[in-house]
Amino acid sequence: MASADNTGADIAFPAILEIADDCLILGHRLSEWCGHAPMLEEELALANMGLDLLGQARALYAYAGEIEARGRSEDDLAFLRREREYRNCLLVERRNGDFAATMLRQLYFAAFMQPFWRTIAQTSSDETLRGIAAKAEKEMAYHLRHSGEWVIRMGDGTAESASRMTEAAEELHRYTGELFMASPARVAAIAANLLPDPESLRAEWDQTIATVFDAAKLSLPEIRVMQKGGRDGNHGEDMGHLLAELQFMQRAYPGQSW
Amino acid sequence: MTKTTELTPLWEVFIRPRNGLHHRHVGSLHAADSEMALQSARDVYTRRGEGNSIWVVRSSDIAASDPSFAEANFEPSDDKIYRHPTFYEIPDEVGHM
Repeated sequence: MASADNTGADIAFPAILEIADDCLILGHRLSEWCGHAPMLEEELALANMGLDLLGQARALYAYAGEIEARGRSEDDLAFLRREREYRNCLLVERRNGDFAATMLRQLYFAAFMQPFWRTIAQTSSDETLRGIAAKAEKEMAYHLRHSGEWVIRMGDGTAESASRMTEAAEELHRYTGELFMASPARVAAIAANLLPDPESLRAEWDQTIATVFDAAKLSLPEIRVMQKGGRDGNHGEDMGHLLAELQFMQRAYPGQSW
Repeated sequence: MTKTTELTPLWEVFIRPRNGLHHRHVGSLHAADSEMALQSARDVYTRRGEGNSIWVVRSSDIAASDPSFAEANFEPSDDKIYRHPTFYEIPDEVGHM
């Protein structure tokens, strides 16, 4: 991993951890749908998307552990940190709510992550990150398409589905601003040319969301103050409950493996 | 579940396993339209790298032969074994047919 030598554990480790946490926490949220999806087809689609995200998280944690060089494995990083040490954005930890909210959350996230990974694959100075990104971009392209088609069909569907999608947008839109905020870790990683500036991806995200909302006959909620805090480890109340379930096995049976 | 079936009718799914081979029927699923049917088919039937192309068709658009007419349809061919190419010697050079 010579490519990370010049940036070192101080810059690359915390910056990669943020992305890994986004992927892990959203992947876990999607896994909560197992056995509860509205139809068999979506049961599998949700699990597939969750597994894509867990795969991305694993690759990132393993790499972050190597960079940190303190002997922490991907499992240690995923399961054995305290709540304040998770640096995921608030959007991904939001409760699943109904199917409309889950699909809209996925759209918001994928509309950011697909160009994010694409830019990393093309421009990052880090070879390992470029490799992870090239694979992840294809996965997020599918998440974007699948969630987008559902948002369109529910927004422009029945009165019931349209009202649920409107409620989901009013609830979740305030968490999208954090996707474009650069934490100190991210700022350093941008300067080192490891990661792109999220602000540079905003126009594409705006365009994607506007196109879907337009087709879905939905209006963009007017949000005065965007929520933030996840990148500083300040999470919502639901995060503790999520971690209790996510971490239970490793806490109760340390070192347990398949 | 009448309403569910009305909103998401049944589709038949065909997957082509590899380039050059034909699409094979692999199963069915419920979906609102062809785009969602293709996405669901991808999620349900290609999880283990089964294919590189998907067709979907509304089950109701398939015309099927009448089972009660099966004898008239198919039995007449039973005794015409000369239609099978098993009586011919195929030269090795021809290879797989």
